[in-house]
Amino acid sequence: MTTGERDPGLQPERTRLAWRRTTLACTVVAVLAVRQALRSGPAGAGMLAVALSLLAWLGFLVVAHRRVTGMGTSRPAPLSPRHALTSAACTVALAVFAVATLF
Amino acid sequence: MSEFTRGLRLWFAPERVREEGDTPDYRFSLANERTFLAWIRTALALIGGGFAVDQFLPGLAWGIRAGLALGLLAAGVLCALRAVNHWVRCERAMRRGEDLPVSRFPALLSLVVAVVALAMVVVVLFGWEGR
Repeated sequence: MTTGERDPGLQPERTRLAWRRTTLACTVVAVLAVRQALRSGPAGAGMLAVALSLLAWLGFLVVAHRRVTGMGTSRPAPLSPRHALTSAACTVALAVFAVATLF
Repeated sequence: MSEFTRGLRLWFAPERVREEGDTPDYRFSLANERTFLAWIRTALALIGGGFAVDQFLPGLAWGIRAGLALGLLAAGVLCALRAVNHWVRCERAMRRGEDLPVSRFPALLSLVVAVVALAMVVVVLFGWEGR
């Protein structure tokens, strides 16, 4: 998995686990979004909001997966600004769709 | 304020972060990334809390429930946006060899969370039921 000498402080490992934890938190929010839709019944707007929430969740998963696989080297490159922006945008999107299903 | 607009420009032309200064030690970049992820998790927890208030407190009057949920969701959005902003500013400061930026945001967020928690205590104690 790692090439060259490993980092004595296991920094790439810790960062990878941080991505995993964050993905897990994102999944919990996505599950709550689906539950919200199931509770309020099959209405058009609610279904659309849930579909978009799942899309945001998928986007987050893709970014996390790219980052985690890129962490395999002993000296990984810094996080790209595009990935940071995308993961934050997915988080904001989940909140916006939550507001949409609130009413 | 000009510092803020310059930071905002960095959001949409992020490759410009790479143009100045030298690349810091990869461990510093990774530590900054983990801080960013911790803030994103905080944002996700607030958003999950907003969903939870709406779904698991059906006894509350609709106005109070929606107000609490909206407050938590808005805090989550702010937290996510600020996570990117802080990450970009830290990355830039590290490349330029400057001091890391300080922020009032943690104090602000803890005040918001404390107010929501107090509101919940009051609601639970006095049984502010709907209808």
